[in-house]
Amino acid sequence: MQRIPIHDGLFTDAGALLGARCPDCERWHFPADADCPYCSGERCQTAALSDRGTLCLFTGVNNRPPGYLGEVPFGFGVVELPEGLRLIARLTEADPTKLRAGMAMRLVIVPLHVDDEGREVVSYAFAPDEVA
Amino acid sequence: MSAGVAIAGVGIHPFGRFGDKTVTAMGVEAVKAALRDAGIGRGGFQAAFCGTVYSGVAAGHKVLTALGLSGVPIVNVEAGCASGGAALGLGVEAIRSGRCDAVLVFGIEKMPKGIIRSSFFEPWREQAGLAVTPAYFALRAQRLMRDSDVTREHLAYVSVKNHANGVHNPYAMFRKPFSLEQVLASAVVCEPLTVYMLCSPNEGAAAVVLRRAAGGGVRIRAAALRSHLPGSVLGEHTPMCGLPDDGVPPPSELAARAAYEEAGIGPEDIDVAEVQDTDSARELISCEELGLCPKGGAGRMIAERRSDLGGPLPVNPSGGLLSKGEPLGASALGQVIELYWQLRGEAGARQVADARVALGHTVGRGANASVVILSR
Repeated sequence: MQRIPIHDGLFTDAGALLGARCPDCERWHFPADADCPYCSGERCQTAALSDRGTLCLFTGVNNRPPGYLGEVPFGFGVVELPEGLRLIARLTEADPTKLRAGMAMRLVIVPLHVDDEGREVVSYAFAPDEVA
Repeated sequence: MSAGVAIAGVGIHPFGRFGDKTVTAMGVEAVKAALRDAGIGRGGFQAAFCGTVYSGVAAGHKVLTALGLSGVPIVNVEAGCASGGAALGLGVEAIRSGRCDAVLVFGIEKMPKGIIRSSFFEPWREQAGLAVTPAYFALRAQRLMRDSDVTREHLAYVSVKNHANGVHNPYAMFRKPFSLEQVLASAVVCEPLTVYMLCSPNEGAAAVVLRRAAGGGVRIRAAALRSHLPGSVLGEHTPMCGLPDDGVPPPSELAARAAYEEAGIGPEDIDVAEVQDTDSARELISCEELGLCPKGGAGRMIAERRSDLGGPLPVNPSGGLLSKGEPLGASALGQVIELYWQLRGEAGARQVADARVALGHTVGRGANASVVILSR
């Protein structure tokens, strides 16, 4: 089955998230954009982000939110990457009792749904990288 | 010295669900009641400002057209949950500038049912499960619990308190008390928030007539609006990323600072407050950000029942959004009307004794926060 990303420019074919770093304030942001959301710099450079991070905060989503095309329930939280940014991300683990702050997480590219043309639409999420 | 601004009249359409009734019809009722209360009609006000989010093109114009009251400038204001506060601020400025002697400020809304859907989120973000409003609320609740002694019981008690107050509010959507056990045992929407700890988006309208005033009556002492600064991943602007070193003041804190300065008073002077309580944790976060309790002190405030109706600083005596529901564009002006009644001693069974200074607060997606200070 053909696989397509949920949105262009979020991650590479190899499955790395694409962020951008501002040479003026040296901060990273995601998704990548030439304009810096922190200092208004206009020369941010797109680059792959680390595929490992640390879980900061988390909850579970038990009801289908409007417009969402994947499976419920699912996890939702904040993951900090070594580059020095925190991401809002879907989590593969929906049960908050199986998650804890400080847990090592790894990026995964996962199927979201099959579109009208029979293509598998994939998105990104973070999965626990250790046993809770 | 700039002109003083007083409330000349108020009108409210109940908050709730009203079937096929249009948002324009609700606005007409609230505006007519406010103009009657103020004793004015056509020619009695020189500008109108309408807060709304979901009502579409020229929504305020439709209301005033239905009443034959067009001709003055009519400005429709969208500022998320702070839309009514933003409209009020424009009305206050129009009078302070000397351009108007009286203005009409109203808010109208008819929200879709269920989890709020917003064009703020790009479609891919919704599709990927990254546009979940209650999940953002839950993460902020988790952060509050991590950074202070706030417990699930404290969160539940906020809902118990506000629903107990809402029983006495004829304009509230839910007028039934809940026990702590009922709130804790209701379905978990996003841990730690249960369904009874979350407000319902709904429908309603609220209108206020402002006039130039030298003294007396209920005065608008400040109407501040501030947006967020970049930084926090959990900011109300619901970003996709943020910084780990999150010491950035949130918009509610910025708006509160500006409002206290504008009014020349401090948080210690507030007798009664209506604050954003879209979820139970939000009320506690709001109290900390507004300086109504010390940073990290919200758990103690709620545990000691300090914000109960009979406590030293009652918060959300109207029942808050948890009881009233939240019609976005109308909610800030609904707070202002409640506080107007409180300051006039007209709040009935939910009256705060001898209230002289009052604060209203909203904050929402975008992100904007409004803080309104009133006094008598």
